[in-house]
Amino acid sequence: MSDISVTPIAKPGQSGFLKANLRQYGMLLSLFAIMLFFEVATNGTLLRPLNLTNLVLQNSYIAVMALGMLLVIVTGHIDLSVGSVAGFIGALAAVMMVQYQIPFVPAALACLLAGGLIGAAQGYWVAYFKIPSFIVTLAGMLVFRGLMLAVLSGQSVGPFPVSFQRLSSGFLPDLSEAGGFRWSSMLLGVLLALALVYANVRNRARREKHGVEAEPFGFFAAKNALVLAAVCGLTYQIVSYRGLPNVLVIMAVLIALYAFVTTRTTVGRQIYAVGGNEKAAKLSGIGTERLTFLTFVNMGVLAALAGLIFAARLNTATPKAGVGFELDTIAACFIGGASAYGGVGQVTGAIIGAFIMGVMNNGMSILGIGIDYQQVIKGLVLLGAVCADVYNQKR
Amino acid sequence: MADILDMRGITKRFGPVTALRDVNLTVRAGEIHALVGENGAGKSTLMKVLSGVYPAGSYEGSIVYDGEVRHFRGINDTEALGMVIIHQELALIPLLSIAENIFLANPPGRFGVIDRDAVHARAKALLAKVGLHESPDTLVTDIGVGKQQLVEIAKALSKQVRLLILDEPTASLNERDSAALLDLLVEFRAGGIASILISHKLNEVTRVADRVTVLRDGRTVETVDCRTAPIEEDHIIRRMVDRDLDSRFPDHAPQIGEEVFRVEDWSVDHPQHPGRQVVRGVSFHVRRGEIVGIAGLMGAGRTEFAMSVFGRSYGRDIRGRAFMDGKPVDLSTVPRAIAAGLAYVTEDRKQLGLILGEDIRKNVTLANLGGVSRSTVIDDMRELAVADDYRGRMRIRCSSVYQESGNLSGGNQQKVVLSKWLFSGPEVLILDEPTRGIDVGAKYEIYQIINALADSGKGVVVISSEMPELLGLCDRICVMNEGAFVGEFSRAEASQEKIMRSIMRKAEQP
Repeated sequence: MSDISVTPIAKPGQSGFLKANLRQYGMLLSLFAIMLFFEVATNGTLLRPLNLTNLVLQNSYIAVMALGMLLVIVTGHIDLSVGSVAGFIGALAAVMMVQYQIPFVPAALACLLAGGLIGAAQGYWVAYFKIPSFIVTLAGMLVFRGLMLAVLSGQSVGPFPVSFQRLSSGFLPDLSEAGGFRWSSMLLGVLLALALVYANVRNRARREKHGVEAEPFGFFAAKNALVLAAVCGLTYQIVSYRGLPNVLVIMAVLIALYAFVTTRTTVGRQIYAVGGNEKAAKLSGIGTERLTFLTFVNMGVLAALAGLIFAARLNTATPKAGVGFELDTIAACFIGGASAYGGVGQVTGAIIGAFIMGVMNNGMSILGIGIDYQQVIKGLVLLGAVCADVYNQKR
Repeated sequence: MADILDMRGITKRFGPVTALRDVNLTVRAGEIHALVGENGAGKSTLMKVLSGVYPAGSYEGSIVYDGEVRHFRGINDTEALGMVIIHQELALIPLLSIAENIFLANPPGRFGVIDRDAVHARAKALLAKVGLHESPDTLVTDIGVGKQQLVEIAKALSKQVRLLILDEPTASLNERDSAALLDLLVEFRAGGIASILISHKLNEVTRVADRVTVLRDGRTVETVDCRTAPIEEDHIIRRMVDRDLDSRFPDHAPQIGEEVFRVEDWSVDHPQHPGRQVVRGVSFHVRRGEIVGIAGLMGAGRTEFAMSVFGRSYGRDIRGRAFMDGKPVDLSTVPRAIAAGLAYVTEDRKQLGLILGEDIRKNVTLANLGGVSRSTVIDDMRELAVADDYRGRMRIRCSSVYQESGNLSGGNQQKVVLSKWLFSGPEVLILDEPTRGIDVGAKYEIYQIINALADSGKGVVVISSEMPELLGLCDRICVMNEGAFVGEFSRAEASQEKIMRSIMRKAEQP
């Protein structure tokens, strides 16, 4: 037989590496650039402690839903009902806690369970009856919007008990508030940053031990320095306002969990396989229907959580709650590099996408741009981001 | 009689593969000309060249039609000159009416407004000509395949057809419909319409054809005139398969052991048409160390049989028993089939075998993620080691196992699919067209891998449409036709002629 000729991979230089991985880091750089732009344009208002805290609170529910939406999109589906579901669950929570005086914990758990059931009801049709998710969730969007109005009888219901409000407006209690600064919260942020860097270093060492091509050291060091600086800096700014918001903690835990599940576990791998080629995945022994079903259940739970966070933030359940959330959530995923054809997308990308949208909303509002042109600009950014991604892939 | 069509020295290449080599085909005005040959002999490619699907310039040679050299650039060019091709898969739109289908491309009318009365009246006249007694307003989906075939012919007639090309028109028809269709061709011949009939059913060919052209491996072997002397089927069969078996196959001395896998009375119905049996009562077994081939034409039910066995991935109403090492096994889902020790390497690696957008590594471990993970967390370094191991053993040519599998050549993609299934640890492998679309060098490597698998005590089943491949590789060859096993040959007995004959003989019996 002809002898084997395997060309070794050319060791890419620093710039070559960056070029090859532009897709991976492009989103992060975009977020960075957008933040920098608004920081300058708003004369430093963007990153002020108060505004930064608001930024987190305003976007937390979109980010939470983006985690679930990403999985749905990766399996090759879409969920248009999440806004209505979030609103409906908020209404349900209000009725339970305000009108029936059910305590916060059982009520919240019941709401999450209800979200899961809603997701299951929709996922069932999509996964087992092969009804296009677009149609099923469009129906869901109408159904749950209607049910929400019915539950609220068209009225706003509130205010919530204080314990529930803490979900959104509460801050992590600080153990040692010395000299007006929350040292232990700051320490938490620093520890998180160090943990991230440590994980990166360990991973790199492992790869090198197995002789796997790693990114150039200079780049690696710069990346970690940047992560360290960014996490510590943002923590410092946020902590110096009123401390770490509870929502931020919830979000951070969820992001870490979903990033781990999607990149490191067999379930995550199977979800990508279903989206990449459903038939091949099925013939490889993967329960494609069950996985699709479960991504919708998961989406329902996260939509419910987002609904709770939003209701707690407004301290009332209004008939308008959740309107348009689905679009922001879907946009976040696509800006973050998910493919509409399925099989491609990352948790970190979706989160970055959510915050690109959030920073733009926030920055443009500070600059006094009207809601009309804000929408135009956001739409163009979405189109531009996806076009750039498609162009990058074609190269 | 004058020639209506004269194709001279047609050569068509796809990259390094030569599909047609210096093919000649002459059709006289008003004759029925049969075109026969094995799967892959080049019949369809030749017809695509003729009808302009492969435009002028993409092949060598000349086409003279109606006395002039033609350079067809597409179906529209050929249809304008009265040359209509009817493909095996009918090109009708199910939810439109018969009349709408007939006049789909150029309905009568003015300024884009269709004249419905004219459509109806003309369709009615055409249907009468082809002997189809249905209202022109009937939806195509509501009539059977035989009648749909007639609608296609009526559609051809609406285009003032002078040369009708039919690609296996009777493959999915019952005997009565087939006979009616052939009679129609004879009728057309009287009216001066020439036909090219591509068929695997030699009894039909001998019944209606004036001349027969035999293609083999992309070359014209012979054109026989059936009007001067009666044609012998055996002669045609011999010419279809008459080729040397060269040394394209590695030497292999089989060490055959105990029976490892057996199915009994396996029957499968078509997934969309309940009651239509695709596999009929097949019994089959394979022993350790044995390579068993399944021969047959396309549509014989080989893939359907294999996929239905592998976790009921095809068909409905599957009946039959399966045994692994003599013990009954449950193969009702893919995970269960894998757990029982079965692996199925698909014939369609792009659609069913690989996730093209993912790298080699992820494809290799997909069917056995448990093998590279601890309590559902994937050990990426172990995964890498596994993928690298298969890359070396299978000689997958790639920059690294992180290369996207969509960027690999066909042979290397096939090796990735094989790696995936080897890593799932099977006892029995069913390989469906394992060398389809693969160059000769990679084929040889795949054959070596198959031999090595058998030598390691696994049972190997090879489904192939390439007869030399089966003869060169297999210890035993089963012949399948129309859903049933119609013959079995040991390595010593088997020959291309015998296999072809058992397929053809069966095809002739209703």
